[in-house]
Amino acid sequence: MTFGETKREARLVAWPLAGLLSLLVLNALFDPAFLKITLLEGHFYGVPVDILTQSARTMLVSLGMTLVIATGGVDLSVGSVVAIAGAVCAVMLQDGQALSLTIAAAVGIGALAGGINGLLVARLGVQPIVATLILMVAGRGLAQLIVGGQVIIITSSAFEFISNGFVLGVPFAPVLVLALFVATHFVVRRTALGLFVEAVGDNETASRFAGLAVARIKTLVYLFCGACAGLSGVLVAANIKAADSYRAGENMELDAIFAVVVGGTALTGGRFLILGTVIGALLIQTLTTTMYNLGVPPAVAPVPKALLIIAVSLLQSEKVGRWLRGLFKKGAVA
Amino acid sequence: MSAQALLELRGIGKQFPGVRALDAVDFKVSAGEIHALLGENGAGKSTLIKVLTGVHKADEGTIRLDGRFISPRTPKDAEHEGISTVYQEVNLVPSLSVAENITLGRQPGALGFLNWRAIRRRAQVALARLDVTCDVDAELGSLSIAMQQMVAIARALDTKARLLVLDEPTASLDEREVAELFTVMRRLRNDGLAIIFGTHFLDQVYAVTDRLTVLRNGRLVGEFATAELTRLELVGKMLGREVSASDLASGIGSSPRQEKLIVLDAKQLGRRGVIAPLDLSVGAGEIVGLGGLLGSGRTETARVLFGIDAADTGSVTVRGSPAKIRSPRDAVAHGLAFCSEDRKAEGILPNLSVRENLVLALQGKRGAIRPLTRAEAEQLCVQFIRALRIKTADAEAPIKTLSGGNQQKVLLARWLATQPTVIILDEPTRGIDIGAKQEIEQLIARLRDEGMAVIFISSEIEEVVRNCSRVLVLLERKPAGEVADTELTTERLMQLMAGGGEK
Amino acid sequence: MIGALTRRTSWIRRNLSLVVTAAIFVLLFGLASQFYDGFFSTPVFVSLLSDNAFLGIAAVGMTLVIFSGGIDLSVGAVIGFTSILIATLIQEHHLSPVLAWLVGMLAGTGLGTSMGLLIHCFRLPPFLITLAGMFLARGLGFWISTDSVGIAHEFYGRISAYEITLGSMVLPASALMLLAVLAAGYVIAHHTRFGRTLLAVGGNEQSALLMGLPLGGAKIAVYALNGFCAALAGIVATLYTGSGNPGMGIGLELDAIAIVVIGGTLLTGGRGHMLGTLLGILIFATIQAAILFDGRLSSWWMRIVVGSLLLVFILLQRMLLRPR
Repeated sequence: MTFGETKREARLVAWPLAGLLSLLVLNALFDPAFLKITLLEGHFYGVPVDILTQSARTMLVSLGMTLVIATGGVDLSVGSVVAIAGAVCAVMLQDGQALSLTIAAAVGIGALAGGINGLLVARLGVQPIVATLILMVAGRGLAQLIVGGQVIIITSSAFEFISNGFVLGVPFAPVLVLALFVATHFVVRRTALGLFVEAVGDNETASRFAGLAVARIKTLVYLFCGACAGLSGVLVAANIKAADSYRAGENMELDAIFAVVVGGTALTGGRFLILGTVIGALLIQTLTTTMYNLGVPPAVAPVPKALLIIAVSLLQSEKVGRWLRGLFKKGAVA
Repeated sequence: MSAQALLELRGIGKQFPGVRALDAVDFKVSAGEIHALLGENGAGKSTLIKVLTGVHKADEGTIRLDGRFISPRTPKDAEHEGISTVYQEVNLVPSLSVAENITLGRQPGALGFLNWRAIRRRAQVALARLDVTCDVDAELGSLSIAMQQMVAIARALDTKARLLVLDEPTASLDEREVAELFTVMRRLRNDGLAIIFGTHFLDQVYAVTDRLTVLRNGRLVGEFATAELTRLELVGKMLGREVSASDLASGIGSSPRQEKLIVLDAKQLGRRGVIAPLDLSVGAGEIVGLGGLLGSGRTETARVLFGIDAADTGSVTVRGSPAKIRSPRDAVAHGLAFCSEDRKAEGILPNLSVRENLVLALQGKRGAIRPLTRAEAEQLCVQFIRALRIKTADAEAPIKTLSGGNQQKVLLARWLATQPTVIILDEPTRGIDIGAKQEIEQLIARLRDEGMAVIFISSEIEEVVRNCSRVLVLLERKPAGEVADTELTTERLMQLMAGGGEK
Repeated sequence: MIGALTRRTSWIRRNLSLVVTAAIFVLLFGLASQFYDGFFSTPVFVSLLSDNAFLGIAAVGMTLVIFSGGIDLSVGAVIGFTSILIATLIQEHHLSPVLAWLVGMLAGTGLGTSMGLLIHCFRLPPFLITLAGMFLARGLGFWISTDSVGIAHEFYGRISAYEITLGSMVLPASALMLLAVLAAGYVIAHHTRFGRTLLAVGGNEQSALLMGLPLGGAKIAVYALNGFCAALAGIVATLYTGSGNPGMGIGLELDAIAIVVIGGTLLTGGRGHMLGTLLGILIFATIQAAILFDGRLSSWWMRIVVGSLLLVFILLQRMLLRPR
């Protein structure tokens, strides 16, 4: 990571970070035990650890979604791809296939799904919402087809470890996901990929005229997003030790889009903030946990989420921005 | 005289941030006349039309229609007053039927419900007035552009229009279609309608208009009877050069023509319906101009050459080897560079920094996995910011915060960083202030001296004469002739641009 | 004369996608009748409408939103919300059903209007705002009650048992409601200025603006209207199931969008036909009924077939719309 980007990102993630921190502080005031982390039988436990673990799966999907949204697109099919990947895992493990091969297949099938989306969007020029809607609808059916409509229980303890295991007392899944975030960050920022993605999202015509391979770049981000969803499907299946093709990944596309937008990447494309997405995903999970701690039934939790997203999109809207700047100017004069 | 005028604009002024678009412009049109409104880029033609049709509001001046003062605030207001407009881009809804497009927003019917029979009848009546028959149930998008244009005119006349504004309606029509449009225009004129006709094609001005008004740099140049003005005089007025002046030939800046090594050679390059096949060659250390009035096919030629619109005839060789250019990416790989005239839509990445904008083409050429290091990128920025005197807080500022001239310099730097063999500059000095203009011209001369091949497009004829050693003149999307050396004078260029050997 | 330039285009050519959709429906229904005994009968045909009444009503509203180039993801959640709202009002607050319906319709319309205002006034993406609306409505529904609430009211029983006999056809209340909404939707879409303004906005917003059409009002109104339709669908859902359930209609917005697209309406806006939506509902319902009839085919084939149809239609639209 280079210095200029660090500074810029730091400025831009200040908002979501402030939101996350104030939520944590609020919780800590309400319940001092909230931030407490204990070491039990060599494993860390506590609400913050739970938040990390719980958000890992959505966070991974949001990683791919960040890049897709940065090109000015969106991928609605990720939830269905999660279900497909989970189904593939269950069937292959039941069949006695090696764990590594299983995971590779799940990720590969996710990438294939992403590639199809990319083909529709980049080569055939289909609107992203429309193109990914196809797989969103059909994908869950395919997942159910793979597992024959059953919920297949997975018995492999090695497989379960991926989601629920601990390494040196730290839960493995969030560590894996955060490592992927760091790796992705380095790959896109150390190569020119990040620049290309932002360029395409900011002004596609100008990017094409400057000689960028726009279609290839777009296909690539959808492919990556599919692969992330595939791996997330592995985590989901490992977490519940089963492939539930009906519920796995349900509403995940929405949570992922939320995390990206709350994290400061605009839905219109252009600049993206990988770090912002991490914070966005954590913020949403913390909000859910807070609701839970306050005794609000989990089913009502979408309400604050909805208010948050409206607030964030209003803050990002140009009209409100101009109005706020106007207020500040008046204030400065007065 | 003014008592007869249907429309009279007086002292119209309009200020945009940084630009005085219109300055004390007077303009009048009488009923039963076709009046051409002429001017090159930035003359204020489209601003004047927008003031008239309620899109913009004038800062100063008055508009009188039939002796009554009006101040339209929206297109709908203007329509109520009897001023209807047909824009260059057909502003209709292609997915709806012809009948709907003619009546949309004022469909007959009660309480918001539609009377389809009346809608169709009304559309047929409107089209019949133009002597056009067409299936009013057909989807607009399935018709030819010419027919769509007719529908747009029918829509404009469906209100009680007394003044019809046609803003470059012929831009995408073929000859026969233009002739048909003119028939309709004459018929409407004879019915007593006043028509304002904006166009770039001089042939059309002479074919159909009665009077004309020329604007230049936001000021009125004058109003004339079309028949009393020669083509050459007209071009002179549009370009701000009186032909009678004897001190024309001033190709001072152009370097003496020597045999240059040809680095770009296009043979019979063309694209159907866009630009007729033409030959174009540029040598190393040479600036070749693409001349012609706006709409003559200059930009179109550049786009075909750069692979934005792929050519369907001809071949291109770069540095002696054949180049297959099907996309801008191919063009860049072959050492071409293209600075578009539409900086905002086709040039800048507004929210990205000066640095990112600057390295984009070079990085695209190198590919994603061979990134410039931060130090290299900064080195490039420092170098170009100094060399081109780009005024910016620093290389990390978003490019949208820079002035137009400085944005243009960054885009130039973007291409220079790729060390191109040939650079195509489409209106590189448009919309920027005088100082920056001079600097950019000096820069182009320096590039030439360093051995770069330059294709230069400009609406300012003096700029072309000053900078180029050879100019290919285009007229109505066809090559009209090439001039070089001592022949390269403002006068000769204007003759070719005006179409014909009229001396 | 310029007339020679254009020939009269036939109705079929102008409504090609509608014809294709109709052909696909006939084909599917024919195939199902061929394969399954008793499929080709009036009761089955009527059940296509009555079993999907609330989905169909939501699809009608969605059609109008999509006409304008927008999208509304909140309809499924609004159905769940209004159903539980109405059930609770009747059962626990002893409100008369008609009053409860009015409250439900007001709530749905109000939510739609607010979303429309946000989308138009602040130029926010419809996708995001209606997503927020979806979460809001779903959360509020569960806030009212986390469980399903049965409605025991004699008025409800009477309404649900209501039916009209037309020759050999017996139309239950839910099918009648759907047909009424479809008819209203057809009139709005094809015989009012409002409907045509929506299509113009979706077809080319810039042109619509220059034509002086009331863009803002139309955009806000269409979300309001869709909120109303969703509430209406919620009411029909309570009639159909005899209860209110906050979890009702999860994912229903997707089916509604799929139906609209299969009906030949362009998801980018500006082009479409309400009859297409009727055909879309019939196609959707035929697939569902055929899978049920078969008994061996599992329910997931539904989604796969609908997804494949979507793909076919989107590719077809791209081919038809390529510039000639």
